[in-house]
Order: sequence, then C-alpha cells, then structure tokens
Amino acid sequence: MLGLSFELSEEQEDIKRAVREFCEKEFDPELALELDRKEEFPMELYKKAAKLGFTSMRFPEEYGGQGYGILEDCIVIEEMCRADSSLGIAITAATFASDLIVLHGTEEQKEKYIPPICRGDFISSGAFTEPARGSDLASRLDTRAVRYGDTWYINGVKTFITNAPVANFFVVLCQTDPKAHPPHRGQSLFIVDRETEGVEVSKLKDKMGIRPSLTGEIAFSDAKVPADALLGELNRGFYYAIEFFDKSRVGVAAQAVGIAQGAFEIAYKYAKEREAFGRPIIQFEGVSFKLVDAITLIEAARLLTYKAAWLIDQGKPDPLIASMAKTLASEIAVRITEWCIGILGGYGYFGDYRVERYHRDAIVTTIYEGTNEIQRLTTLRYLLRRL
Amino acid sequence: MRFRFTEEQEDIRAAVREFCQKEFEPELARKLDREEEFPWELYRRACKLGFIGIHFPEEYGGGGYGILENCIVAEEMCRADSTLGTAIILGDFASEIILRFGSEEQKERYLPKIASGEWISAGAFTEPARGSDLAARLDTRAIRDGGEWVINGVKTLITNAPIADFFITLCQTDMEVEPPYRGQTLLIVEKGAEGLDVTKIGDKMGIRASPTGEVSYSDVRVGDDAIVGQLNRGFYQALYFFDESRIEIAAQAVGIAQGAFDRALKYAKEREAFGRKLIEIQAISHKLAEMATKIEAARLLVYKAAWQVDQGKLDPILASMAKTLAGRVAVEVCDEAVQILGGYGYIGDYDVERYYRDAKITEIYEGTREIQLNTITRWILRRSG
Repeated sequence: MLGLSFELSEEQEDIKRAVREFCEKEFDPELALELDRKEEFPMELYKKAAKLGFTSMRFPEEYGGQGYGILEDCIVIEEMCRADSSLGIAITAATFASDLIVLHGTEEQKEKYIPPICRGDFISSGAFTEPARGSDLASRLDTRAVRYGDTWYINGVKTFITNAPVANFFVVLCQTDPKAHPPHRGQSLFIVDRETEGVEVSKLKDKMGIRPSLTGEIAFSDAKVPADALLGELNRGFYYAIEFFDKSRVGVAAQAVGIAQGAFEIAYKYAKEREAFGRPIIQFEGVSFKLVDAITLIEAARLLTYKAAWLIDQGKPDPLIASMAKTLASEIAVRITEWCIGILGGYGYFGDYRVERYHRDAIVTTIYEGTNEIQRLTTLRYLLRRL
Repeated sequence: MRFRFTEEQEDIRAAVREFCQKEFEPELARKLDREEEFPWELYRRACKLGFIGIHFPEEYGGGGYGILENCIVAEEMCRADSTLGTAIILGDFASEIILRFGSEEQKERYLPKIASGEWISAGAFTEPARGSDLAARLDTRAIRDGGEWVINGVKTLITNAPIADFFITLCQTDMEVEPPYRGQTLLIVEKGAEGLDVTKIGDKMGIRASPTGEVSYSDVRVGDDAIVGQLNRGFYQALYFFDESRIEIAAQAVGIAQGAFDRALKYAKEREAFGRKLIEIQAISHKLAEMATKIEAARLLVYKAAWQVDQGKLDPILASMAKTLAGRVAVEVCDEAVQILGGYGYIGDYDVERYYRDAKITEIYEGTREIQLNTITRWILRRSG
C-alpha cells in the first residue's frame, strides 16, 4: 500500500501549467481593475476558459466535462485566483451549484444543463440564502413551492445569490412541506430557468470585493415550474445542499489559497525591488518576517485544502477537514493580503498595485459557503463525534 | 497526492500510543518535572520496543524506517506527555550526525548502543558567547598536537549533557580561515575523557525531564578517529543535521499541541458553567475549533517536510517552515488550553501549564524562530534569483 505523497501527478502539473499560461496570456490587470470598477462579469474570458476545459474539470466527460476530480478543480481555482483574485473568482464560480445537477439530476436534466455549462454557454447559480436567514438554512424557509397538478408554484425571495444577474438557471432550495419537523426535512431543490414567468432578478451592487463576480436577488412570484424541475427526491433538498457545501467550500479554500499566494508574490517582488534607507526593504526583518510567515501559512493552508479535496476524490469526503481548510485558508488570506498592503505602503492602498483588491476579494472567503463562525461549529461537531 | 499512511506506519503509531497509555504516568511526569530528572526506566523500555533509533538502519540496531516514522513516534509520545515524550525522544539527539556522516567504525560503535538504550548522545554546538551564530569563529578550539587533537572551550545549553555518554562537539580546527565556518570540525568526545567536565543547568522553564548542561573541555585529547565526516566540514554537516532534526522538533511541537488540545476538549465537555457545558459556550467551542485547525495544518507541513527527507529531497525551506509554524501553534494552543481550564489550567495537576512550558522550547532550540525566518528568507531569495 502506498503511503503519504505530497506530489502532484504529471497530469496535475500539466493542468497547473496550462492554467498559469492561460492566465499570463489572457488576464489583463487593466481589465480586472475596470471590471472591478464597473462590477461586470468577464464574459469573454469565461468563455475562453471554458473552451480550454478549465471551468469543467470536475464534471464527467459524458456531459462535456474533463472527468477529473475536486483536486484538479482546486488547482485551477488556485492558479486563476493567484493570477487575479477578481477575474479568478468570477470565472471559476460561474459553474457554481451545477454540481447538484450532476449528483442528483435525472438523465434529462444532466443533458439539458451540463453540456452548455461545460462549453461556457451557460452560467449557473445556486439560490439558498434568504433575506431573513443566511447560514441558518435548517429553519423553515420563506421560499415555498406548492404543487398543483403537474406544476409547482414558487413564491419567495432569495438574496446574495452568486451569478444571479448572469445565470441561465437557478438551483433553488424551497420549503415544500411547510409542516415538516424539523423543517429541513421538508425542503426540496428545483431547477428554475431564468426566463420562467414570475422570476425577477435584480443586481446587488456596491460589494466590497469580488465585484466581477455578480451577485443578485431573485424574487419568485407564482413562478411556475413543471414537475420535472424537481432535482432529486422530494424533501431531500436540504441534505443535498449540505452535502454539496461540504465539497464546494473546498473550492472556496482554494480561492483563498490562490489569492494569498498572488498577493504574496506581488509583495515579495516589490520588497526585493523597493529600496529604503539604502537597501531593498526585504532586508529589513520587519518586512521579511511577514513574508516568510505568509508563505508558511499559505503552504499549510494549501496542504489542508489539497487533503480535503483528495478525500473527496477518494470517495471519503470529510466535512471536518473541509471546514478546517476553508476557515484556515480564508483567514490567512485576509491576514496576508492585509500584510501585503502594508509592505507596499502607500502604493498598496491604490488599485494599480492590486493588493488592495486582493484584500477586498479575500474577505468574502470568510463569509460565503458558510461563514467561518458556522465552519467552527461544523469543525467542532465532527471533532466531538470522532473523539 | 496521497494523504494516508501505510498500514505499517499506522501500526507504529498504534504501538507508541499503546505504550504511552500503559507506561506514561502523569504523576511520574509531574515528579520528574519538579525534580528535573530523566525518565531512565521509561527510556530503556521505549528503546527495547524499538521506538528510539527507529530511523537507524537495521544493521545498527535500528528499525530501518525513515524520518516520517521517527516523527510519528515523536508526535505520539509528546502528545501523551510533553515532558516524558520530549525527554525520551531526545535521548538519541545528534546521533543522526554519525548516521549521516560517520565512518563505519563510528556507526558500529555508537548507533547500536544508542538504539538499545545503553547510551545517550549529545550534540555540543552552542557556546556561551554565541547561540545561533554558529558561523562565527568558535571559542571551542581543537589544536593539532602530536597526532592528536587538543580541545579547549565551553559549550552550554547542551541537551542531555548531564547524562550523555558522548558529545559530538563542533570545534574550530582552522583558526585563520575566512569565513571562519570553513574551519570547523565535528569531534566525538566520550564521557570520562580527561579534561572533560559536565555541569547540569537547573531551573529550566520547561522540558525539565530532559536534562541540560554545560560541557567544558580543558586539554581534552582525541585522535583522528574522533572526527565525524570530514575535517573542516563540521559546520556544513551540522547545518544539514539541523535541517533534519528541526523536523523532529516540529513533530514534538505538534504532539504537545495535540496533547494540550485533548485535555482542553475533555475538560470543556465535562465542566459546567452558567448552567451548561463549557463546550456549549461559543467563546470556548470556537477556540477549540481554531486550535484543532491550526494543529492539523502544522501537522501536514511536518509530514510533508519529513516525507521529503525520506524521498531524498530534503527542503530546508520546508523544514524551517514546519518548525516555525508548529512551534508557534504549540505555544498558542497551549496558551488557549490553559485559558480554557481557567484556574485549574494554572495548576500542575491538570498538566496543561506543563505542556505550555514545554511547548515554548520548540520556538527556541534547533534555531530560534527568528533564525528560522532569516533562513527561509535567504533560501527563498537564493531560489528566486
């Protein structure tokens, strides 16, 4: 039996190199700054990345994906976010929640949605959060789906929905059994097409960061969806969602690792070149110690992230490791990007030098896919169960 | 990527854990901590089971395993008890220099006795006037005289000195060379050598069952056969050894942190306050989650560093990173463990204050945290051109 190994396979190294090359050629810092200013999605880049297979690493080949696992997906996310935090997140999050269809969809659903996702023709969106509840999904949802004959009528509002303004469809968590106890046993997932009557999307503006990754609110008023829009089994939606989050938060950890690495590299380069008091500032321990602490923390967070991803690919997903990876990676990303602003001094505070944007972009990783406070609860719950 | 151990490694871990559960008594640990005594009996039993020298080749009485397995032993022992664990796993300290650079005769003479628990080793590098700054001209000198080496000088803060059977001593052998570290040599001096004097240094903050001492050399004479490796290459050999040994210290730190965490978690599950278990209070439960996360992250870094050595690809950057992070995590986690136990945490009976004191050394010896950070900076700059 083979024991520990900390090496990527040749194939994984190739993927990493290909993404790096793509980003070096295509990611223009000017464009990132402009999209950050205007809060616009990098549609052209997304389509190019999709064409090269970077956005569908984890989807099966039969539906147009690359047939790899979460680890390969994390490698792509990390590299893209390293190259540019805003463009990287926008592009790699564009297929968010499609995984639910791959996991629980019917053959028809998979064929309808996944190939266009893999080609970059579609953008997906997962609608879970509601104005009155963020992380507390297990309570009774205000968004309800009621069945009349062969049709479901959805009413309610979902907010903070990633991709909502550009998505072609939404995977929506609804209360289908309002009387179920506990309430989460009466929740179901539906796939709702954007053009559905009674669906209205508005863009939520003025986000602190990840501004090219659009966020919106979706209002459902008697939105009519057919019976075959139900995803998976009736009243199992909550469980599907939680299972999905246990995986997707590893992707958030990879975002954070990439952002931290990217900011580190900008600050490191700057510290080697910038002179003050007669020498490059990296020769001052006040600067070099921060950089070394940064790269050490990044390496540790990366290993945790890879471990979480590897476990999923082994068919042994571990929510404990996943929540640890997400918490640690997001927190070090926030801390490190802040240090990097400090190392660049006044320049660090300006858009041209990018690290302030990396910092703003890093902060969301402590919030979405379950705030870190929620992650800590998960971590402890699983720890207690195991000890 | 593979984040799993072989069955053999899992068996080693289970065996160490079992040994510690059976043999490590908290009362004994507290007593040895008070009295600053070495756990002789436990040490010999651990040797008998092959836990010491597990990373030596079988032909020298070792287990034939690698650094990773040695780290597993260090981690588990320090987890079970920070004081006993540290003392025991350091019993073979610096004998790795003989393993890596020694002559066949030296290996045959020293390694089997170390692995069997008959002998204890010590590495004498630090001097009163220089701790981490080994590259400077050493005050401990070995001068050639009549086909022998005559050693004079003082080494201090030497782990195991009061109980060691031999000292691998870093000496200045070429007084003129520039830079000075190109004229340093490692010499083995055995206990009982004429002119060798050892005094114990008491009143340490922690790791008090691992005795520390000062070693003075007045006209101590040794032959050419005492040279480990090559003449005037001692500094380089010592640095290579530190790159490896600091990974074991990092494993020690991970174990200490895990042990303190185990105790804090147990306490938080049992202790009630304000009408509920401590663990149901978020200020406590979030702390515990953070502690567990940091430990797991540091552990992966340590395993990666150890794995690289066993692959023949030692990376000094990663070794230093592992030690820096694990040391910091150990101190932080122990600090929080004391905090979670409150007043009890401050009292010896609950052990976490001892873990805390024992953790602190991991940020100091084998190169202070500050030296590690400088080393890493230098390596990164060198690599990035």
